[in-house]
Amino acid sequence: MSLIKRKPQRRVAVIGAGLSLFMRRALDTGKELAYYAASQALQTAGIRLKDIQAVVMATAPDAFDGVHMKGEWLLDGAGGVGKPYLRAYVGGGSGVFSIISGWMMVASGLFDLVLVVAEEKMSSCQPHPQGAFLTIFDHTIERPLGPNLLWIFSLEQQRYMAAYGIRNEDIALVSVKNKHNALAHPAAQVAAHLTVKDILDSDVVAWPVHRLMVSPISDGAAAVVLASEQVARRLSDRPIWIQGVGWCLDTSYWGNRDLAYPRYVEKAAWMAYEMAGVTEPRKQIHVAEPYDPFAYKELHHLEGLQLADRGQAPEDLARGRFDRTGELPSCPSGGLMGVGNPIAAAGLMKICELFWQLRREAGARQVPGNPERGVAQAWGDLMQIGTVAVLGVR
Amino acid sequence: MARTRAKPATARAPAPPYVPLRGHPLNEEEFRGQVGSTTWVPRLEYAWDAGVAISRFLDGLREGKIYGVRCRRCGRTVTPPRAFCELDFKPMDEWIELRDTGTINTFSICYVTWDMKPLRVPQIPAVIEIDGTSPRVGFLHLVGGVRGRTVTEIRRQVRVGLPVRAVWKPPAKREGAITDILHFEPVRKRANR
Repeated sequence: MSLIKRKPQRRVAVIGAGLSLFMRRALDTGKELAYYAASQALQTAGIRLKDIQAVVMATAPDAFDGVHMKGEWLLDGAGGVGKPYLRAYVGGGSGVFSIISGWMMVASGLFDLVLVVAEEKMSSCQPHPQGAFLTIFDHTIERPLGPNLLWIFSLEQQRYMAAYGIRNEDIALVSVKNKHNALAHPAAQVAAHLTVKDILDSDVVAWPVHRLMVSPISDGAAAVVLASEQVARRLSDRPIWIQGVGWCLDTSYWGNRDLAYPRYVEKAAWMAYEMAGVTEPRKQIHVAEPYDPFAYKELHHLEGLQLADRGQAPEDLARGRFDRTGELPSCPSGGLMGVGNPIAAAGLMKICELFWQLRREAGARQVPGNPERGVAQAWGDLMQIGTVAVLGVR
Repeated sequence: MARTRAKPATARAPAPPYVPLRGHPLNEEEFRGQVGSTTWVPRLEYAWDAGVAISRFLDGLREGKIYGVRCRRCGRTVTPPRAFCELDFKPMDEWIELRDTGTINTFSICYVTWDMKPLRVPQIPAVIEIDGTSPRVGFLHLVGGVRGRTVTEIRRQVRVGLPVRAVWKPPAKREGAITDILHFEPVRKRANR
């Protein structure tokens, strides 16, 4: 069954990308971080803010900043003053949803140049930003049980492990790979040379989740410039095309769901693949940036993205298939586990990485061969959304 | 405005974006003492209505019963109850009294509070599939009646697929809340599903 009515006629390209540093705690405000990334994206696209016709801003819960209507508050840093401005917000999925929103603005024919910015400053929330997540649980039938955010991940990881007989050693390897990949990322917050033993020797926070299987608290921002085909060809000699986008949400009754397999990610992926003309993802996708806020999540998402068989991603990882030099490099940036996880910005950082990888300017992080098509994915809300974008050189 | 004690970091690496990245990382000491910051503790109060379906579910818990609802169109029996089928988008057709037994779909052994303070006695959250529902349908609750505090000790007694039974508060102490079930405990023998 087709997931889209028809293939959109107007093509959209990424022509510039920018980042701030990712940090545990920044002196810089959210506006300042957004400005750093946005101005860098404009600069690399060779344009100025006055050329931008509309702005998309992604930033996750207001509760992190303690600022209600945080999207409007960040407007100035995102370059949105006096322009059509949209806050794109689907929790952790926001980073990739931001480029989907920007794509809609350009593909629809409304605008030719759109700036997409994603910012997160998690460190303001005291004593721990996990407090901002306590209110995602149902107020009547869940919160009286005293839940915390880690439960969601530890429960899902355990279901995934039990369903397919996966060992924690296999999952720890994700932390090892991504923290290692991040050593070549100048924005990285938690890059390191570690072994599986180091990961499993770190404290158990919520078994089966160990401390080093969790992405850090981060402040940071990312941005890209989107352009219509005609404008992209004029401004850039190597535009990277958004070939397909997809997103999908599953029920909020998360205890009624198959926690071992993210069906909503599969649906989002097939929507994006269909638009991109991808019928055999494992052959046609050359580099992947799946969402990795927790170690097992990368594996879970690679399966949802149809890039590994169900329950087989850990084995593929162990034999090096997802290494930067492997058959299908996954998180060559270092991902959230290595570069850091300023929520919305982390998702857009993955788009930035595809932009550099597909332009073959990723330097020390460059995946070998001539990657022509990549996929980025983010995840969030109440463990229920998959947001997917397929980017390519054509 | 904060005094800019922190040195701007200018990371350069043989990898994109190739330009110095901006940002002023603070360490804990700088944050706590040297730069200006303002604090605020919000006080917000809410009184949440339970809704039509969950009110009846909570009344059931007070009576020591777990209720589910059934949609005849899709044939699903689900809990927690809801007023309408979210798939068929029509009212649910009937209320069903489920058993107070079930199966552990997944569980965790949590050693930290939400603000990452250590817990000496771990919490064991679990998704419990309630007997009498459609496959893989359940809700979040806690597992109890388990000896020991270490991962090894607890995993010896708790596993995915384990049959469990609700342990209720004494009737006089129930208040029509999810916590009227204290926890679910492992059962050795169980009647046929």
